Amino acid sequence: MADPNVPFRVLPQLTDRNRAFWTGGSAGELRFLRCDACGYFVHPPAPVCPHDGGRALTWTAVSGRARVATFTVNHQAWMPGPPLPYVVAIVEIDEQASLRLMTNVVGCAPDAVRIGMPVRVVFEHHPDPEGDVWLPLFQPDAAREG
Amino acid sequence: MGRDFFERRACITGIGQSDVGRRLGRDPLALTLDACLAAIADAGLTTRDIDGLSTYPGLGMGMPPGFTGAGAVDLHDALRLELDWYDSGLETSGQLGSVVKAAMAVATGLATHVLCFRSVWEGSAQGGAGRKGIGAGVPKAVGSMEWSIPFAAASAAVWIAMYAQLHFHRYGTTREQLAWIALNARRNAARNPQAIYRDPMTLDDYLGARIISTPFCLYDCDVPCDGATAVIVSARERAGDLRRAPIGIEAVGTALRGRPSWDQFEDLTQMANRDAARHLWSRTDLKPSDVDVAEIYDGFSYLTMSWLEALGFCPIGESGRFVDGGARIALDGELPLNTHGGQLSAGRLHGYGFLHEACVQLWGEGGARQVPGGPQVAAVAAGGGNTCGCLLLTRA
Repeated sequence: MADPNVPFRVLPQLTDRNRAFWTGGSAGELRFLRCDACGYFVHPPAPVCPHDGGRALTWTAVSGRARVATFTVNHQAWMPGPPLPYVVAIVEIDEQASLRLMTNVVGCAPDAVRIGMPVRVVFEHHPDPEGDVWLPLFQPDAAREG
Repeated sequence: MGRDFFERRACITGIGQSDVGRRLGRDPLALTLDACLAAIADAGLTTRDIDGLSTYPGLGMGMPPGFTGAGAVDLHDALRLELDWYDSGLETSGQLGSVVKAAMAVATGLATHVLCFRSVWEGSAQGGAGRKGIGAGVPKAVGSMEWSIPFAAASAAVWIAMYAQLHFHRYGTTREQLAWIALNARRNAARNPQAIYRDPMTLDDYLGARIISTPFCLYDCDVPCDGATAVIVSARERAGDLRRAPIGIEAVGTALRGRPSWDQFEDLTQMANRDAARHLWSRTDLKPSDVDVAEIYDGFSYLTMSWLEALGFCPIGESGRFVDGGARIALDGELPLNTHGGQLSAGRLHGYGFLHEACVQLWGEGGARQVPGGPQVAAVAAGGGNTCGCLLLTRA
């Protein structure tokens, strides 16, 4: 039985390249592919480091802390999804400048979201016959406010 | 300029456009044929003369409803064209990438007269139930869409709204300023019988419209429609005895040096247009101040603002102040902008509408919306995010 508190989502098609990202939430981890040699996080995942050309990369958990780089409060029902209005944001992951995710900011009123606001990851679990997915959403990180 | 730029060996010799409307209920291939046959006749050619065909995006898997009204193959077969070169595709420098490729084909001798077209029937295909999201109805998000669709970021409106929001935050841009992209478009559409929305719009109308995705309201979003546009790109050396004085392609801008991404681009107030515009100006001695008329993509209003900055019509961060009040961008202003009404009021012809209008203006055939003084240089720009291209056209 689907959790009535979890909105309908079009889920990502899992592949060998992206599975570790979309299932990291099963272990409570936000993971990115990281170059073994230079430590650069590669996102979206690709089997080469654009920084030093390294071909050895390892899925690595980050802290899950980020800041809102920009956002929008969406009022339009484009398709089935979260209740309106909802916040779509691009967040920048603390561990690396310009390491970004498009996501939703949840756990606060849409009009409370600000550019630069500290947030932390929270996972939304979606059971799926082709393999469960944990979407990384972000909520205000009250401990780091101000 | 000592360098031999290929685009100088190409030119535009004819244009055509079908009827344009919200929901025409006509076969999109018929609309496409209307535009293409009009362009061929406009150039003084026949279908026998057409030896090249180029379109954006052509046919493909997973296109949103009505996104493409005809593929290259449809035109090729319907007109029994005998072609030496044909091409389509989505992965190029925006909608105008198809025109740049045509210019390359004629400059290299691969073709002589290339029929280029863009056809949409999003109005009919989407029906009356409101604009559909990218990914509506698909089982799973694949490719680059896997990073946006799962978060219900199911429209370029949402993505571009985030760029606009950061521009507002960083540069103090306001909705009252952004409004002038829409208000100017509507003001010009009133003079264009082919435009879809021609009733006057006030700043109060704009500010009172329903919000789509902050800071965008309804009038920041272009109008899905049915319609097709075509242009003929010819080899310059073969254009001399055609019906019209050819329009020169002074320079093209196709570069993308930043990351090809909507959310990973270094500066989230800028886009691929930064690189395409820089590329364009590197290929000509002309300067932004030489441009007499600008036809700049407004799929969403902020895209025009971003292009105005990228193309150097105003400094980075200044587009809000540049368009504020609408005088500078009016038909009689220093930079007449989107003189047909843009996609915001004249319909989402997806890039080619701007190219068509630039040619109309350079040929002096704009009628009630003609820019005074005989414009000689037009800038045309289309696309946004990670897919952008631009052209500089000249009367001479």
